[in-house]
Amino acid sequence: MTAPAPTTLRARLDATPWASPLGTQEYFVNMGPQHPSTHGVLRLVLKLDGETVREVVPVLGYIHRGIEKICEHSNYRQLVHLTDRMDYLSALANNWAVTRVVEKAAGLETNGRIEAIRTLVTELQRIHSHQLWWGVFGMDLGAFTPFFYGFRDREILTDVFERTIGGRLTLNYIQPGGVMHDIHPEFVRDVKAFMAVFRPRLDEYEALLSENVIVQERLRGVGVLSAADAVALGATGPVLRASGVAHDLRKAEPYGLYGQVQFDVPIGSRGDCWDRYAVRMCEMRQSLRIVDQLIDHIPEGKHFLVKPAAKIKVQPGVWYSHLETARGVLGAMLVSTGGEAPYRVHLRTPNFNNLWTVTAMAPGGRVGDLVAILSSLDLVVPDIDR
Amino acid sequence: MAADLLPLAGLALSPDALVAAVQLLCPAAQARPDCDRPAVKVTVGDWPELAGRLRAHADLLFDLLETHTAIDWPESGRIELVYLLTSLRRGHHLTVFVDIPRDDPVAPSVCAVWPVAQWQEREVYDLFGVRYADHPDLRRLFLDDDWQGFPLRKDYADAFMLDRPS
Amino acid sequence: MSLEPQSLASRTAAAVDAEPWMAIAFLAASVVGVAAFVTVLGLVLIYAERKIAAHFQCRVGPYRVGPHGTLQAVADAIKLLLKEDVVPAGADRLLHILAPVLSFAGMVLCIVALPLGPHAQVVDLDIGVLYVAAVAGLGVIGILLGGWSSHNKWSLLGAMRAGAQIISYELSAMLALLVAVLFSGTLQLSGIVLAQQEGWWIWRAHGAGVVAFALFVVAGTAEINRTPFDLAEGESELTAGFHTEYSGLRFAFFFLAEFLNLFVVAAMVTTLFLGGWMPLHIGQWAAWNAAMDLLPPGLWFAGKAAAVVFLLMWFRWTFPRLRVDQLMRLEWKVLLPIGFANLFFAAGLVVSGWYFFPTDAAPTAPLPAPAGWPSDGAAP
Repeated sequence: MTAPAPTTLRARLDATPWASPLGTQEYFVNMGPQHPSTHGVLRLVLKLDGETVREVVPVLGYIHRGIEKICEHSNYRQLVHLTDRMDYLSALANNWAVTRVVEKAAGLETNGRIEAIRTLVTELQRIHSHQLWWGVFGMDLGAFTPFFYGFRDREILTDVFERTIGGRLTLNYIQPGGVMHDIHPEFVRDVKAFMAVFRPRLDEYEALLSENVIVQERLRGVGVLSAADAVALGATGPVLRASGVAHDLRKAEPYGLYGQVQFDVPIGSRGDCWDRYAVRMCEMRQSLRIVDQLIDHIPEGKHFLVKPAAKIKVQPGVWYSHLETARGVLGAMLVSTGGEAPYRVHLRTPNFNNLWTVTAMAPGGRVGDLVAILSSLDLVVPDIDR
Repeated sequence: MAADLLPLAGLALSPDALVAAVQLLCPAAQARPDCDRPAVKVTVGDWPELAGRLRAHADLLFDLLETHTAIDWPESGRIELVYLLTSLRRGHHLTVFVDIPRDDPVAPSVCAVWPVAQWQEREVYDLFGVRYADHPDLRRLFLDDDWQGFPLRKDYADAFMLDRPS
Repeated sequence: MSLEPQSLASRTAAAVDAEPWMAIAFLAASVVGVAAFVTVLGLVLIYAERKIAAHFQCRVGPYRVGPHGTLQAVADAIKLLLKEDVVPAGADRLLHILAPVLSFAGMVLCIVALPLGPHAQVVDLDIGVLYVAAVAGLGVIGILLGGWSSHNKWSLLGAMRAGAQIISYELSAMLALLVAVLFSGTLQLSGIVLAQQEGWWIWRAHGAGVVAFALFVVAGTAEINRTPFDLAEGESELTAGFHTEYSGLRFAFFFLAEFLNLFVVAAMVTTLFLGGWMPLHIGQWAAWNAAMDLLPPGLWFAGKAAAVVFLLMWFRWTFPRLRVDQLMRLEWKVLLPIGFANLFFAAGLVVSGWYFFPTDAAPTAPLPAPAGWPSDGAAP
């Protein structure tokens, strides 16, 4: 085996072939790291031929914080508090992923109440995340109003979280051996009130955006990702399901109380932007269904089984655990050499892997298509960079 | 949906059967009992061929490279590459460990088998300095092109790194 | 009340010899009037857009500066005046400075020719329609220059989009304009208004008017770069398109020009298809017409223009944006054929006089020979 010489971005861009069929000059444009529709500090170097995208080169690292390195210097309790800064829209699922791997490694028990609360809040946050995505998606297509609709309804859920958890965006709630606080006495009532409000609003969403002829024109047949490509490029979550692969860890490897509730996994057939849109819209209804089944049946019991001050020790070994966030499979790998701190933590984040599908989907489309594709991937940049 | 991607539910192999199946494909593979999920350790020479067969073999069908990372072991002078494989069609998982020397970390690239490896390997190069043979675009992923050192190595240090308060 | 139109320019010309002071007064009134009108209109439209957008989006909108936020636009104007005016390094300085001025000047020149009421028109050109269409084209030169001179690829992309878009949609706009011109038999804007004395073209012209109205609203929305045709700015795609590199006063000029544009399109729609300042007359129904005349013409005009402006704002806060190729397809494959078919249909209607309440003034009668031509009609 020969050792290859690593290259640089400059060399990579210089090496791209320039071949415009019309003999016109192609040019590079930096989309990002400050750009309205990259939703954060994602940088895409685009090679354009007029309006047509020829190549997309993602450049990462603008919000790389070295979370995996920080984890090596933290004890098992502290790990959880780093996770909500990755995919801040699925903070609870991130908490849970790390909590699960720590619980598995340290052999900690949970009870029915803890699992029910975890399942409930995570499912609510899936709706919360999709609400924001829907609003931003509308805005990326050029319609501003959905943004405010999405945020208006999201606010109700944010208030629900605030009452129980204390935070509004970067939530720290699920921790090894339980959850940090018991649910607020009004939690059940608040959630029911939210669902009563949100069900008709979801129909309003469909009327405003889904049924609009311009939306249909912009999304149908745009950014087609075949099932084989989606799997090969490591896509998971709604992106994978829109391509027709019915893979959802809530069904495939039920965790929490997902094994005890009825819900469907919506899948697409063509893998275009419209399918990704439709899958998420259906997922919101399925999440409401799950919450509906659980909200009246939270078992009694303690909300933590391991005292917050108790030290957690783990035997030497390697553990891996994954779950389904709003964006796909989030995995946490723990390598221990014994003691109170992990030797190595690796976080498999859904956005890091979903991002690369854009390099396959965007070429050949227009700049406007690229924006629709990016938005249909629902990327959260801190989750890519970690 | 393509017929060859339909999930074959209920056909997942049990952990023991899975390790045994891998050992049939690659007799030198050793089981790793310290992992919570089925895991094998293979040599760097066996790995490229095994990777292709893991993906193609009808009983295994590891179509998704869920993640790829590395673990630095400075005491024993090796970097351990970790490949977490998932079969969406079979519904089973396998972890593969590959040891490479720490002072000259060169590994075969598996991006011909799982295209997403192209970027996962770039991340490992960026943070551990592992160079992948036959990688089409090996360069840093998160850090600047002129960054010195590989931060996830245990002995990494730079001027503005903070020590953990004791 | 006399509805005989009289423009300020014609009054000035009439007064020059007899009462020179009156001529100067009329001239001053024109200049000050236009300047004040443009400023106030800009502020009102900006306030209206923000409030309407807010209510569409379940918000309150500006509320702090002045009662119900009415002075918010003024505060913003002052802020923009005080901001630093940046010309990027590498930009073509002269063109960068010239671009917003051109855009703004085009709009003011349009407004000058619009009949806002029987006596509220600065210049009543006998080729008014042609003039407005031509001068409105100055705006696109401003946009093209702005994008070109900014030394920014996003700006350039936005400018090129705007250029292609406006030039394409001008065709449909013209075809729609011509329908009203055909029915009225004149290019003079005040004449077009007068020709609608017995009914507005939108309902009086047997379908051709409605189609032309719809075409003009769509093409007009595209010409002024508003959603769903706001590709030139396309915030989510091109950051801010052609005005990405503009700040302070120069940005304010672009911004103001955009809102005046909105008014120009609304005013043109009003004049051509909704009777301009003409009250809602129906044929020879004298009692009805007299009742309608109770409202002053200025109010009629304002009401109609406001309704069209509201329609355009409604579009903006409801629709997403088209893609650039879809935009071109819509124009060349859909609107343009419809526009041509509609024009031929309208011509047939005019020739056969098959519209509601045809009047003697309608050009079914042969046009009078231009002055100086021999009376037998042969060209000299």
